[in-house]
Amino acid sequence: METVEKTVDRARPPERARRFSERLLTGDAAANLVVFLAAASIVVLTSWIVIELYRNSAASRHEFGLSFLWGKSWDPVNEHYGALPFIYGTVVTSALALLMAIPFGVGAAIFLAELAPPKISDALTFLIELLAAVPSVIYGLLGIFVLVPMLEKAEPAIRSAAGYLPFFQGPFYGVSVLAAGFVLAVMIVPFIISISREVLLAVPADQREAAMALGATKWESTWDVVVPFAGKGIVGSIFLALARSLGETMAVTMVIGNTPVISSSLFAPGYSIAAVIANEFAEASSDMLRSTLIELGMVLFALTFVINGLARILIMTTTRKGSAA
Amino acid sequence: MSLRLIFRKTTNYLMLSLTGVCALVAVGILFFILGYLLWHGGTSLNWDFFTKLPVPVGEPGGGMANALVGTAKLLLIASLVGVPVGFLGGVYLAEYGGSTFSFLVRYMADLLNGVPSIVIGIFAYTVIILTQHHFSTLAGGIALGVMMIPIAVRSTEEFLKAVPNSLREAAVALGASKSRAVVTVVIPAALNGIITGIMLDLARVAGETAPLIFTAFGNQFWSPGWNQPTASLPVMIYSYALSPYDDWHRQAWSAGFVLLSLVLVVNVFSRMILARKRHVAR
Repeated sequence: METVEKTVDRARPPERARRFSERLLTGDAAANLVVFLAAASIVVLTSWIVIELYRNSAASRHEFGLSFLWGKSWDPVNEHYGALPFIYGTVVTSALALLMAIPFGVGAAIFLAELAPPKISDALTFLIELLAAVPSVIYGLLGIFVLVPMLEKAEPAIRSAAGYLPFFQGPFYGVSVLAAGFVLAVMIVPFIISISREVLLAVPADQREAAMALGATKWESTWDVVVPFAGKGIVGSIFLALARSLGETMAVTMVIGNTPVISSSLFAPGYSIAAVIANEFAEASSDMLRSTLIELGMVLFALTFVINGLARILIMTTTRKGSAA
Repeated sequence: MSLRLIFRKTTNYLMLSLTGVCALVAVGILFFILGYLLWHGGTSLNWDFFTKLPVPVGEPGGGMANALVGTAKLLLIASLVGVPVGFLGGVYLAEYGGSTFSFLVRYMADLLNGVPSIVIGIFAYTVIILTQHHFSTLAGGIALGVMMIPIAVRSTEEFLKAVPNSLREAAVALGASKSRAVVTVVIPAALNGIITGIMLDLARVAGETAPLIFTAFGNQFWSPGWNQPTASLPVMIYSYALSPYDDWHRQAWSAGFVLLSLVLVVNVFSRMILARKRHVAR
């Protein structure tokens, strides 16, 4: 008995070591470790971005405190900065874009999901998703050379139709909040269409059949039954589009006019958070300005983080694959 | 027919045709963009564009050869950073992950995907440029690489998960270890899809401008090595389009045409391959 136990005891350490090295060589433990590290690095990286933003905006946060968020002045000479004109521009252009994109996007999604034969629907969706792949700088290019001249031509017509509204006052130079809203609308429509379509297709067929059996027309069954059923998912797609447009940089920078003013007129030029970072960061003359721009980046990050999160929850509850979108 | 029924039927047809109009307008915008770029960019494109350097203001001619090479170099670095992390992370999520940590990784990847590209640029700036004190190809490439990671992770995971479990079971039943089963059976089965996903990912970052403005910056000349500022196609389009010179505008259109063609060709082919795969799977 004694000898047997001794043998086992002596055998154990080399045995385990051999097995571990064997596992490493055949790859199981090593493979596990490598893929785990890759996955962990994603967590580290995302947290690192937040930490870098927070750390590098310290100077600005200490100088201006929370009032940075509603400060209106942007004065590089006296180093006094406020974020409000940029937050205002970002929010207004995005809201304008949503206002234009939602009816179109949801309408097109209804057509693709409910009316079009599957083959045509797939082909059109394919084309619309290509629209989402167009780089934003191309939208900006078309924005300055096509959209802005078009708006300049349309200006008298807009003024005579709605010139009494506060939204269409003051001089108009083409580059404006209105132009930025238009470009953003075109850019986010594909997102609304393709996700809303998915959500609508996920509505069970018996919902439609029940409505039709009660004598509803096709439109009534769609609008009163199918769309409300898919409502949360559609709202989710709109939120996702909103997050996109808030963070959109190039196209907006190229057409918004880059002037830090707050005006109720859509004809006036404006500025957005992303645009001011794009324009000023590379040539930031002082550390304070740089720190301020990084704090603006943090504000933008926080905005898109919250809205993306909401969008995901909404889409997930309807299709159960929201995060893949 | 009662008046009410007529009203309902009219609404029906009216609204349904309106939805069709919406879809047509969306597709129409795509064809407008394509047509306009083809007409404007295609006609001003010439051989010089691919072979010559930009010329100083005022001189006509010149090209963007350095920007084409610059974009290629940036994409190479981006792939070296983004693909290994994204691919291996995807393998972890699909084959190895436990539920809690996987949830965290997925959540973080989605969060990273939602970060505006300009913020990724700030990150690359604070991490690399602030320590090096000059703009570089490397910094721009890393910024693009970071942007590639979340999509590479999620597409890799999705394609691996689509591999039937019976394949894994068969490999293990033949005595393969888990990692051997994954490497020799599961990954090859999903490889086409994974590569297609990564191509789409590359096409997406190829057009990114915002993270490059203050990392790779720009350059009117060749950028030797990896540690100098470099020109890139998207940034060239941006700065040329905003310049006051007609000849530069013309070149911006050419560059836009080349960039959009690249992106759309990759997209069309990849999506066609994916669609066929999905069709077979059904």
